[in-house]
Amino acid sequence: MAFLQNFFRDLQKVLRQNIREYGMFIALFVIWAFFAITTRGTFLTARNISNLLNQTGYIAVMAVGVTLVIVIRHIDLSIGFLLGFLGAVAAIALKVWELPVGVVILLVLALGVVLGTIPSFMVANLGIPAFVATLAGWLAYRGLLVVVLAGTGTIIIENEFFNAIGNGYIPDIPNLTFLPEVHKLTLLLGLVAIILFIVGQLNDRKKKLAYNFEVLPPAIFVLKLGFVSVVGLVATWVLAGYNGPSWTMVIMLVVVAIYQFMTTQTILGRHIYAVGGNPEAAQLSGINVKKITYFVFCSMGLLTALAGILYASRLRSASPQAGNGFELDAIASAFIGGASPAGGIGTIVGSLIGALVYMSLTNGMNLMGTGSDAQNIVKGVVLAGAVIFDVATRSRAK
Amino acid sequence: MVEQPPILEMRNITKKFPGVKALNNVSFQVARGEIHCLVGENGAGKSTLMKVLSGVYLHGTYEGDILFDGEVQKFSSISDSERAGIAIIYQELALIPEMTVYENIFVGNEIKKGFRIDWNETIKRANEALKKVRLNVNPATKVRDLGVGKQQLIEIAKALSKEIKLLILDEPTAALNENDSENLLNLIRELKDHGVTCIMISHKLKEVIAIADTVTVLRDGQTICTLDAHKGEVSEPVLIKHMVGREIENIYPPRAPRSSDEVVLEVRDWNAYDPTLGREILKDVHFNVKKGEIVGFAGLMGSGRTELALSLFGNPKGYRINGEILLHGQPEHFTHPAEAIKGGLAYVTEDRKAAGLILIQDVKQNITLANLREIARRNVVNSNAEVQVAESYRTSLNIKTPSIEQRVGNLSGGNQQKVSLGKWLFVKPDLLILDEPTRGIDVGAKYEIYTIMTRLVQQGMSIIMISSELPEILGMSDRVYVVSAGRITGELPIEEATQEKIMHLATN
Repeated sequence: MAFLQNFFRDLQKVLRQNIREYGMFIALFVIWAFFAITTRGTFLTARNISNLLNQTGYIAVMAVGVTLVIVIRHIDLSIGFLLGFLGAVAAIALKVWELPVGVVILLVLALGVVLGTIPSFMVANLGIPAFVATLAGWLAYRGLLVVVLAGTGTIIIENEFFNAIGNGYIPDIPNLTFLPEVHKLTLLLGLVAIILFIVGQLNDRKKKLAYNFEVLPPAIFVLKLGFVSVVGLVATWVLAGYNGPSWTMVIMLVVVAIYQFMTTQTILGRHIYAVGGNPEAAQLSGINVKKITYFVFCSMGLLTALAGILYASRLRSASPQAGNGFELDAIASAFIGGASPAGGIGTIVGSLIGALVYMSLTNGMNLMGTGSDAQNIVKGVVLAGAVIFDVATRSRAK
Repeated sequence: MVEQPPILEMRNITKKFPGVKALNNVSFQVARGEIHCLVGENGAGKSTLMKVLSGVYLHGTYEGDILFDGEVQKFSSISDSERAGIAIIYQELALIPEMTVYENIFVGNEIKKGFRIDWNETIKRANEALKKVRLNVNPATKVRDLGVGKQQLIEIAKALSKEIKLLILDEPTAALNENDSENLLNLIRELKDHGVTCIMISHKLKEVIAIADTVTVLRDGQTICTLDAHKGEVSEPVLIKHMVGREIENIYPPRAPRSSDEVVLEVRDWNAYDPTLGREILKDVHFNVKKGEIVGFAGLMGSGRTELALSLFGNPKGYRINGEILLHGQPEHFTHPAEAIKGGLAYVTEDRKAAGLILIQDVKQNITLANLREIARRNVVNSNAEVQVAESYRTSLNIKTPSIEQRVGNLSGGNQQKVSLGKWLFVKPDLLILDEPTRGIDVGAKYEIYTIMTRLVQQGMSIIMISSELPEILGMSDRVYVVSAGRITGELPIEEATQEKIMHLATN
């Protein structure tokens, strides 16, 4: 009895302390449950979940970049049409210049980084507000996109390898006959990931205990491990039931993993958050605020290029309409994911969840047959709700 | 002459802030038609008293009564006090640079014709107001295009455009050159002849002596005395004596005299020009700091001490600098705080909230921020080492916080200051610059900070301590430089330094 009492008291405490972090997961869960009911289960089929993750890919990649831009108190409106423009460059390089696909990908990524220096220069060196600097970019790329496609119109991309990035799935282990309908490599990878997670958590806990640091109560710790493992197993099973993970999902996860590591574990990441939290204090602490600004906008350019490749590949084409409004989807995802426009706050995983929430709404409402105008209203309400929740929990934390 | 009742009487005013009594039973009387100067050290309570008077601090947030023009007043906003006929002009001008002179004079007090603003009448009345302050500018000029002296006059014109009986000026000449100051003082005399009563806060004692009919001295939130200039009671030594008369409490830890003569830092012919303000902020500054020494930099607020510290510490504000820094005898040229930190300098800022700490981050992140390399391998921060570092400073500096994961914004001022100190000790500097190290923190925390400083210099660190509190300067320093208007106006060995001497040099 006493054990149970303690357990629930600890659980309550942990949940209360971390309500902001868990809030998004709860929101995602509620939205999925809602659509599961309204679509009579169609939403939760392996096929639809796989589809949802693929749709989320390029938005999530951009949202990761935008998160850092928002963390350092700026904004980037140009990325939607920049994505379209870079996708068009990729298509032209493949079809017109007939460059090898590897070269095309590297070229587009490099171009993204180079173009990232333009807003960096305007913001960091000239002191122009990012809103204006990137609005100029929005206009310019919108025009450029049409100009580069003027000769050809929409370009259909026929390169198999390139198109596989946005449409292909990772291959299965050949010559295995058991469980015929299931993607065995997915199961293997899923199990390995869960085991690595558990081992990592145990190691971390052991180290913390050795240093005499505070750790979660044992019962709660086991509950956390169990919960995450079950969610992981379910996700693995669902994905394995339908082709396994796509290359898009792999790329998205790799980007999220790299940025999550960078922001939470490295000096660079800490400097980015310091600049966002208080630029003056950061500068007096020896941080080069200009360099950080360059890094963040150039990383935004790189990720936009990557998203551009994902999108062009997914559609197997580059069109003059590509990217229209994507900047706002990415920005909304970051805000839903808990980024603060006041700066210094926002996480990569949060923005990934934000993008998932955002695309779940699109996906679910499409399944329900909701019109796009009504969809926008709902999304607007969800965005406002997320920000209100954020403000409310933040002021309580004070 | 018939005794007229005073225009203003403030009775037994007490104003408390969390942890401090800013005003303690202050009484203050101003006679009709006089120029009344209010003097006192930084933090004596002058501005607080004026804020109580003008309704910035609402009725009910302080104790005591205000009688103005024969009536008890209960202001619940600034507009209430304006309606009663009180206008206050702050040190930081409240003009809108992008608006024209006439728009500024009538902003918030627009002249209406129906639903529209009557611009013709506005311009006409603006011209009249400008004539009253003898300012000859086109009212359609943008305020941005005028110098500080003229902007000050526009503030006064703005005040005069309303029906005012009492004009309060908070250090009106602080940012003005001599010529503009002289003009302003003449104008105030003229206004007096036209029946406007004036309260002026000033640190420039010569001005006070030149203009005042009556002087009230505040110290530590109390009225010390009120002196009548016409009876010859006002002179510089008398004012200084009353301003600084504070007993030096025995709260300074004892310390063995410094033994080393090794010069750590020498600054020569140091000049700085601030392009945003458009004026010279430091002129021919010369000084040195020896190993294991606490060098006090005394002076009034705005005298240029913080600017001096910033210009040495990698010049983050982009001043145009001329001069030489020698660190351990080697010439150095820092172009970014990062280089200054590498050179062995650390700077604990005056305004810890705005420029020193990242309030939304926790104690440990703040402490390690300036030296993450120390706890990182290949640019990856070792979070366990970080916790150890933070815990060690929490213990050694006695930072009172529930945990090192607490957000710094939630800590008290004294503990925030200790976090700030911890952050800069972690860069392991040779020379620590402390800018107002004990401002706004309670006595207990002050003593702890003094003890830490003593410990540091005994370990061989050198400290530059910028402080506006004279007892602190005298209690902690080995040597004192006095700064006034961007120059070093004096150097005093601690044996010769007194509050009077320092105040004399600082108000020069």
